[in-house]
Amino acid sequence: MPATTPSLFKRITPQLLILAVVIGLNFLVFPDFFDVSFRNGRLFGNLVDVFNRGAPVALLCIGMTLVIATKGIDLSVGAVMAIAGATAASLVTDGYGWGTALLGALATGALCGFWNGFLVAVLRIQPIVATLVLMVAGRGIAQLITEGTILTFNNEGLIRLGAGTFMGIPTPIVIWLALGTLATIGVRRTALGMLIESIGVNEASSRLAGINSRVLLICVYLASGLCAALAGVIVAADIKGADANNAGLWLELDAILAVVIGGNSLLGGRFSIVASLIGALIIQSVNSVILLSGMPPEFNLVIKALLILAILVIQSPRVAHLIYMLRASGPERLPERQRPSVQEPKEDAL
Amino acid sequence: MTTPQAPLLHASGISKFFPGAVALDEVELKLYPGEVHALLGENGAGKSTLIKCLTGAYRRDGGTITLDGEDIDAKSTAESQELGIGTVYQEVNLLPNLTVAENLFMGRQPTRLGLVNRRQMNTQAREALLGYGLDLDPGEPLNSFSVAVQQVVAIARAVALSGKVLILDEPTASLDRDEVDLLFGVIRQLKDSGLSIVFITHFLDQVFEISDRATVLRNGRVVGERLLADVTQHDVVTLMLGRQLEATVQDRKAGKPGALLLEINDLAKRGMIEPFSMNLHRGEVVGLAGLLGSGRTETANLLFGAVQADHGKMLIDGREARIANPRDAVAQGFAMCPEDRKTHGIVGDLSVRDNIILALQARQGWMRPIPRAKVHEIAEHYVKALDIRLASLDMPIRLLSGGNQQKALLARWLATEPDVLILDEPTRGIDVGAHAEIIALIERLRENGMALLVASSELEELVAYSTRVVVLRDRHQVRELTGDEITADNIVHAIAAEPEKGAA
Repeated sequence: MPATTPSLFKRITPQLLILAVVIGLNFLVFPDFFDVSFRNGRLFGNLVDVFNRGAPVALLCIGMTLVIATKGIDLSVGAVMAIAGATAASLVTDGYGWGTALLGALATGALCGFWNGFLVAVLRIQPIVATLVLMVAGRGIAQLITEGTILTFNNEGLIRLGAGTFMGIPTPIVIWLALGTLATIGVRRTALGMLIESIGVNEASSRLAGINSRVLLICVYLASGLCAALAGVIVAADIKGADANNAGLWLELDAILAVVIGGNSLLGGRFSIVASLIGALIIQSVNSVILLSGMPPEFNLVIKALLILAILVIQSPRVAHLIYMLRASGPERLPERQRPSVQEPKEDAL
Repeated sequence: MTTPQAPLLHASGISKFFPGAVALDEVELKLYPGEVHALLGENGAGKSTLIKCLTGAYRRDGGTITLDGEDIDAKSTAESQELGIGTVYQEVNLLPNLTVAENLFMGRQPTRLGLVNRRQMNTQAREALLGYGLDLDPGEPLNSFSVAVQQVVAIARAVALSGKVLILDEPTASLDRDEVDLLFGVIRQLKDSGLSIVFITHFLDQVFEISDRATVLRNGRVVGERLLADVTQHDVVTLMLGRQLEATVQDRKAGKPGALLLEINDLAKRGMIEPFSMNLHRGEVVGLAGLLGSGRTETANLLFGAVQADHGKMLIDGREARIANPRDAVAQGFAMCPEDRKTHGIVGDLSVRDNIILALQARQGWMRPIPRAKVHEIAEHYVKALDIRLASLDMPIRLLSGGNQQKALLARWLATEPDVLILDEPTRGIDVGAHAEIIALIERLRENGMALLVASSELEELVAYSTRVVVLRDRHQVRELTGDEITADNIVHAIAAEPEKGAA
């Protein structure tokens, strides 16, 4: 496939540039940022931390990218994380193995995703409203599972998913990189990607072309639920406990932001999972800058907002147009500006 | 009747271009004071574009408009309103949750000490509406009244604001007979007071009931202006549907239809189409003729499963087929190019390549992606075969002109090698060249043994390629024409054959 590699690179160039700038900021405020060491069979370093801490949002944004590509949105992922974490925690405290706990959590995530998909695809409720239901109710469900407490556990296997390593690399990094690769191949080496984009651009046309939009929509929300469940298990494993109130809190917004920074339109259509993943890394790098700069924590959210705003302004159509015009107004002026509207029909009549 | 002095409003040489299409070509419209002037034409003829040019919603690309002898050039609907041109649309563009009086006086409420004088406003509103024969409490919210009353309020507001020309864009579309009478009473009254009224509707009976004169548009051109007292409905239908292509009708190749493919028995859907029966053979083009709203598109949608039938059945090769959705239809060898290309055909932001491959890929399922080389081969093949003009297969399809979009859609379906191809208005909004090519393609596909069902409002076109024509009126199948019976005249007769009074 010779055509895709350069076009993929072209697609993610802006995101890579922004990532480079934010990482550069990290380096400015903390010159040791790039130091990576290998101790006790594990990679250590601030750069590794960015990849590791960014895992939950990276996982969420894989599913979120697909949902947004269909012109939808999934607000419930944060709550689904809490439910899945609670499920896994309660399964291991009941004496089941970590495998069962993981499968149980994934099954819960799939169920949540299916519910969202059902509301959107079958009942035709607007995605933002449909997923809002679970966003609000989800934390309640998680609390019911944990019975109102923070459910702690000591299951080594489960903890390894969040805090362990795989060949020296922290497990969360391995998981999101693997899932990201899998998802990318899954949508691009099959026709799934094109069919999802088609639904997002024009569902009526897609249905008339014979696409089973209902099933595809359900699948997309299901995938988002699964990603959220995995993220929930990792977060729970990391703190060795399930916190129904705070696990994944507001992370749905970070995931949406990652997708947007990845250059994917909220109006659906063409998408790139890779670009969203870079978006997630950008967000985590911004968090890292704030942390490393030693700024008082009260400033964190405001500074994060400002940095994100700057990124979005740079990507906005107005600014893109401005940059285009600045380039175009170089040595050559645009030649074809004389009679724009009259020319077009003539071209066609040839 | 009125043939006096200079026209109140005179639009001449009005042209409007859209990318890839000429929407209006030197159109002339004369409105005399105190007349109701009907603007007629099938969908896409340019009626609404002309109205938008008159009201300033669009900037015209050529031509002049004079009002009371003075050149005007409104840049917005607000400006044209001030000049004296008011418009009332089918969907009342008032604020349904405000009161009748507030709607009437929005933006010019009578005030006292800087505050709205509600009592005075209500009194004035009541008086104003009494003038239109409406006695109602103007303090009630607008949406507590019927659509007809809302229309009258909209008219009252437009007349109060503008007061020279009133444009009514399909005002009766959702009214019942009594409400239409109420509205017509108001229109007559305004006409007597010297207003010029432009009346747009699809109901010919109403045109003849209320209008003095009509201008008929087709494909962006004026094809005639008639005093309605001098002509019959039949003449007007003929004008609307057009005749000048008649010379191109080639003698139909005697090729007899092949094996029976499709039997339709009393297929129906309440409120859309009455029971409909028809057979379709291989190597046959069946034309669906009828005016707008006669059930052409509904029939096409029903066969393709875009709408589910609630009555009747369909047999394919003698076996009963259940078609519950377009996916079933595609699996059974059906294909359809819908009437509204933009909203139901193309997937605008995807590439031309993806658009061409879409139906075939959807039928294969997502698990079996069509290999890149094969996709390229198919796309290239149809671009060449159908002469689709594009800069690159990777460009978004929405950037193509209408004709090329339509060809790409045809390519999408031909790639699935369908048995039955349904085309709904295949040539609407398409330039002349592509038009001829699509007609030639229909002919070729038929010779290759495909069964085609073509719905079209272009009679000459239907006559040119159909081996049979089914005529629809008011959602009923009224006539089937075969062989030498297929002439534009016969179709017009079948369409216009005395409609029952009041059925509109």
